[in-house]
This record gives sequence, C-alpha cells and structure tokens, in this order.
Amino acid sequence: MIWSKEETLSRKEIEKIQLERLQETVNRVYEKVEPYRKKMDEKGVKPSDIKTLKDLSKLPFVTKQDMRDTYPFGLFAVEKDKLVRIHASSGTTGKPTVVGYTQKDLEMWTECVSRIACMGGATEKDVAQICFGYGMFTGALGLHYGLENIGATIIPSSTGNSEKQIMYMKDFGTTLLVATPSYALRRAEVALSMGIDPKKDLKVKIGLVGSELLTDAMRAEMHKFWGEDMLVTSNYGMSELMGPGVSGECECLDGMHINEDFFIPEIINPKTGEVLPAGEKGELVITCIKKEGLPLIRYRTKDITRLIYEPCKCGRTFVRMENLSGRSDDMLKIRGVNVFPSQIEEVILNFDELGPHYEIIVEREGYSDMLTIRVELAKATDSFAELEKISRGVKNKLKIMLGLDAKVKLESPNTLQRFEGKAKRIKDLRSL
Amino acid sequence: MVAKQLSVFIENRQGRLHEVLDVLKLNKINILSLSLADTTEYGLLRLIVNDPEKGKDKLTFAGFSTMTTDVLVIKIDHKAGSLQGLLENLSDRGINIEYMYGLSVDGEDAFVVLKTSDLEEALQTLKKIGVTTLSTEDLKDIK
Repeated sequence: MIWSKEETLSRKEIEKIQLERLQETVNRVYEKVEPYRKKMDEKGVKPSDIKTLKDLSKLPFVTKQDMRDTYPFGLFAVEKDKLVRIHASSGTTGKPTVVGYTQKDLEMWTECVSRIACMGGATEKDVAQICFGYGMFTGALGLHYGLENIGATIIPSSTGNSEKQIMYMKDFGTTLLVATPSYALRRAEVALSMGIDPKKDLKVKIGLVGSELLTDAMRAEMHKFWGEDMLVTSNYGMSELMGPGVSGECECLDGMHINEDFFIPEIINPKTGEVLPAGEKGELVITCIKKEGLPLIRYRTKDITRLIYEPCKCGRTFVRMENLSGRSDDMLKIRGVNVFPSQIEEVILNFDELGPHYEIIVEREGYSDMLTIRVELAKATDSFAELEKISRGVKNKLKIMLGLDAKVKLESPNTLQRFEGKAKRIKDLRSL
Repeated sequence: MVAKQLSVFIENRQGRLHEVLDVLKLNKINILSLSLADTTEYGLLRLIVNDPEKGKDKLTFAGFSTMTTDVLVIKIDHKAGSLQGLLENLSDRGINIEYMYGLSVDGEDAFVVLKTSDLEEALQTLKKIGVTTLSTEDLKDIK
C-alpha cells in the first residue's frame, strides 16, 4: 500500500516542491542560525543565489563536527521553548549530537515513518514489536509513532530480556519485527534454544530492519531463521536528519525510496566534495527542507551509496538509494586496500557451517597490517579436515573478494559478543 | 556393534579444556577414554563416556560445538603384535584408520577406539575374524 499521494508525484512536481521548500529553508537558516550565516558569508553565497535546485551545490556542507562545535543547540533554527522533544545520538566519540523537534517536526517524522512502514508491507492489522532501545536513540520512538499512525498494534518491548521478548512474540501474536538485523538473528537463536522455531511457532512475517547495514547475505540469513516468506526491508535515517524514515525499501527490494518532499539527496566525492553525476557511487549528502527545529543543509552522512532515478515497479516516483555499501568512516584501509565490513560479512554468511556473527580484528605486526576474522561454528564436526576446509574456504573467498590474506579463527557458538543496538564488529588495534 | 564417541571443538585458549571437564563433572558423566588433538588454532577433544547423549546435550547447552560419532571399540589381547594383526586385516580390505586411541582397563584385555573410513566394512571384517566390538551399552559396565 502507498501511504501518501506525494509518493507518486511526477519528477517535475517533486522538483517544484523541493525548490520552494529549499529556498524557504535557506532563507530561514540564514536569518536565524548564526553559524550558517557565517559559513555562507565565508563562501560568498546569499539565500537569493538559490534560484534552481542545481544551486544547492553552492551552499556549504554541514558535518557532525559542526554539530559538536555548536553543542548542544547552536544549529537550531527555533527558540528552545518551541521544541517539544529532544533526542541525542549515541556519541561514540565525545559529546553526543543533539537534535530537537517542534510539534510540526514530529508530525513530519511520523508521516515519513508511516510511509516506509507501508513500503515494508505493514498494515493496520499488524502487531509490531519494537526491539530498539527506547530512550535518547531515535530508532524506537520513530518507528513507534509511524507504525501507530497507520493503526498497527505496538509492543514497545525495547531491547534486552531475550526470553521475555520471545514470550511476547508468541503470546501476543507479533507479526512485525523492528530491530537491527543482528538483533533479529540473535532473537531467532534464543527462540530456538527455548524450543521455539520462529518459522513454525511464531507469526512474524515482516521485518523492518535498520540502524545497521542489511546485505543480501544477511537478508538470506534472516529468511533462513525466520522463514522464506518473511518480507525483510531495510530503512534508513539518522538522528541528525530526523531519525528513521529518511528512506525505506519497498517490496521490490531494489533500493530505498527517499522521502523527497522532505529531503534532497546528493552524491559527492568524499575527498573533493564535488557533486557526482546521477548514478555514480559516493557519499550521500542530505538537505532537510521541511524541518523547523534543526534543518540541516547539505549534511554529510558519511554513508556510501548511489541514487537510482529509474522508475520503480512499485509505482512510487521518489528516487531510490542503493542499500548502503558501507560508511566512509567504517571503511578500513588494510595494506592499502579499502575494505568494508559488509564485504567480509557477505563471505561469512555464504558458509552454512558458520553462524552469522563475526568480529574483524586489524592489528599491526611490524610494518604490516594483519587481518583476523573471528567466526563461530554453527555445525559441529569431528573432523580436522572439515574444520580446515571451512577456514581455508573463508580465506580463499576473502582473498578473491578483497585481494587480502586474512587469518580465520574458528570459535565455539556464542563466543562472540552479541549487541543489543548497532553491532560493533570491528576492532582496529592499529591506532592504539 | 558400534559405540558413540563424543567430540568437542575447543579453541586453543586457556581454560577451555577445563570448562568441558567441568560440565562433565557437574553432570556426573564419567570419562572412560579421551584423545586430544590440536592445531595451532583449535583442537578436537574426543571422548568415550558412559552417557554420550547426555554429554552432548549438556555441552551444547554450555555453548560448545559438540557431536557424537560412531566409532569402533575393539577388545584385543593384551600382548605384543595383536594390534598389528588386527590392523593388517583392515588394511588388506582398503579400510583406512582416521584416528585411534587406547582405552585403559585393568585385566587381561586391552581396548582400542578406532575411527575408520568405512564403518560397515570394518564391522564385517572384524566379525569375520572373530573380534569383539563393544557398544555404548557394554561400555557402561566397564568400571
């Protein structure tokens, strides 16, 4: 089901809305947000210079660092008393980044998430269990209001207490799961250890996953545990921009539709900042054009993707962004080779003998980088030949995929750390 | 007759073997024989115990990658050359020994645990030459 008529507007109509809203937003931040005015003045660009959508590239970028430098409310475009909610990012390095919403911002957010929930197959009949941590993190409340808005029944179970999560699923008849892919897989493991087969004993048929990359291999793994008929879609967002709901995958599973009446996407070369032609891969830059509280302009997401403008079979006209191939700051440079954890994940998930959890360790030995992958055995064996075959198989596949030699360490089941939120699977020990 | 061997994957990490033995002790599972082979990264612990199925369940629950395998437990005379004679018979029929270890018991007889390339063929051969193999049930009586 398509939630809003905006999602099927013609390109011309979309661009008309975008330009109007962009001009309005740029005028407003120039007037109200001092750091923006300074940045624009430094670049010698005035709001009146924005005459077409192409002129967007004249505007300066905003980065996470800008948000930290103006912590907590420096980039806000409204008085503090107009805010009705505040969220903050996890802030893995130093101070968190703070985001604020006006009443209208919350309404827009709910609208955006309702759209992506419908893209993922949700209806008012669904019983949606939200396994994101409630709190300062935008994920849980974003999905919560969006799904409630379409009439689904919400189970705000948050994270943790594994057995109880499974009990709710079984007793309340959960049909839709909101989680990170790794958390959803972990729950399936817990269910199995309780003697409950998610495929047969639970009714979960829809997975709305986010906050972590969903690779094809990970999706296959989800199907293996939760059933072939489960519709698993990924959605995208980040607290700085609003939270989840910036874009989402429809049933065609061929990229995530960006809510273009609220966000303008651009793809840039992450090194030079230059805008790349349509269809090329690069860093995603997003401009918020309908937000009141924190309307970030040309925010550098650090996420690597490409935009797909060809029409989608689902009937929606909003541009799609390809499922992420990584984050520019997640990217590891090992012996001069660019490595995305998602590539390693894809290799591992292709081995039935291995579980879906892994850890990537990069160390420095002398002047050379050493890559070690820790994986868990999913099938027991009594044969060294078999074990040898698995680790050699992974090594060979990694060599083909990355052109790098890696050490593969087989571990017992449940040895590697499990994560309730975003999985932290990389240990880069080189910088220590 | 075949016996069930319990196989456990263990990483080469301090205390891992100890953890396995802890689980067996807690569940009162008696070890009749064991063999531990290893590479630089990991090892396989192979055990003949009085209750292999229980051992497998408890170790799996404790997070170990564990399985049972059919092996031959063979009674042979406790004298020089008896093992050689036995293996010759198997070798003549093209049956390979994948691994083997001893089972210690007091008395006149000795026991060896054999994992062969072809279990059925090995059983037939042993039967023909009148060699006794023990089942898991038989092993329960060995003190």
